[in-house]
Amino acid sequence: MAKIVVDVMLKPEILDPQGQAVGAALPRLGFTFAQSVRQGKRFEIEVEGDPTPAQLAEISKAAETLLANPVIETFVVRVEK
Amino acid sequence: MKVGVVTFPGSLDDQDAARAVRFAGATPVSLWHRDSDLHGVDAVILPGGFSYGDYLRCGAISRFAPVMTSIIEQAKSGLPVLGICNGFQILCESHLLPGALTRNQGLHFLCGPQKIRIENTTSAWTSNFVQNREIVIPLKNGEGSFQCDDSTLAQLESEGRVIARYMGENPNGSRNLIAGITNARGNVVGIMPHPEHAIDSLTGPSTDGLAFFTSVLNSLVGK
Repeated sequence: MAKIVVDVMLKPEILDPQGQAVGAALPRLGFTFAQSVRQGKRFEIEVEGDPTPAQLAEISKAAETLLANPVIETFVVRVEK
Repeated sequence: MKVGVVTFPGSLDDQDAARAVRFAGATPVSLWHRDSDLHGVDAVILPGGFSYGDYLRCGAISRFAPVMTSIIEQAKSGLPVLGICNGFQILCESHLLPGALTRNQGLHFLCGPQKIRIENTTSAWTSNFVQNREIVIPLKNGEGSFQCDDSTLAQLESEGRVIARYMGENPNGSRNLIAGITNARGNVVGIMPHPEHAIDSLTGPSTDGLAFFTSVLNSLVGK
């Protein structure tokens, strides 16, 4: 069993009010390190055995079609050991 | 004249949309998300609500419903389609309209009367308006901030495809105060505030919204 992770983030130029709200909450709690915060989504997809290049290509296609909206988001597909 | 109103699981405003169609003098036809048959309707409305619970992204899952496959195909050959609020989000996810709707700046769910200006009176859904008429209809959404890249924005503006713009302060962070847009052909329109809630002074802030629904009847008669 392998785990494939798809990370989806809003493009840098797209306003992220959720990330901003988290960024504003951190210093109120005494965490003063953050210059900025952006929030994204993570999908974990389990497949049988080691994923083949064809499977990874298929997952990229699925990410482009459904998991992310390429108009406003970018995504990265990686295999987690 | 038959106007289809789609019901997805989680649609809220399908009954009000059907009522608006009746007020305009047409016959509403209920369309079910799992039925790809459009039952010979002359136009389609995608109503507001939280289809499929807004899971993943607003409209992202609805866009793949069987009814949408037929609507996307027929919209490309000229079927008038109006997406209101969640319906606008679905049209963007379907790539029938450019851009996307994201979380309101300020994060609050908005609900109240909103003044907008109708700037395009050539689309199938706005032909009964006078250019630059200011109207008041309800705005109620959590993810209504219209976003697109600079070149898309320039194209929408230069081609006169901004249907309506918010008046006064920007309520949700939409680029260029955009409240609604149309495709190049003018048959597909998406609007974030709700004309179907403003057709009867008993139940809405105005009757300004009715002209969206009478417009489409006129554009169909004119064919």
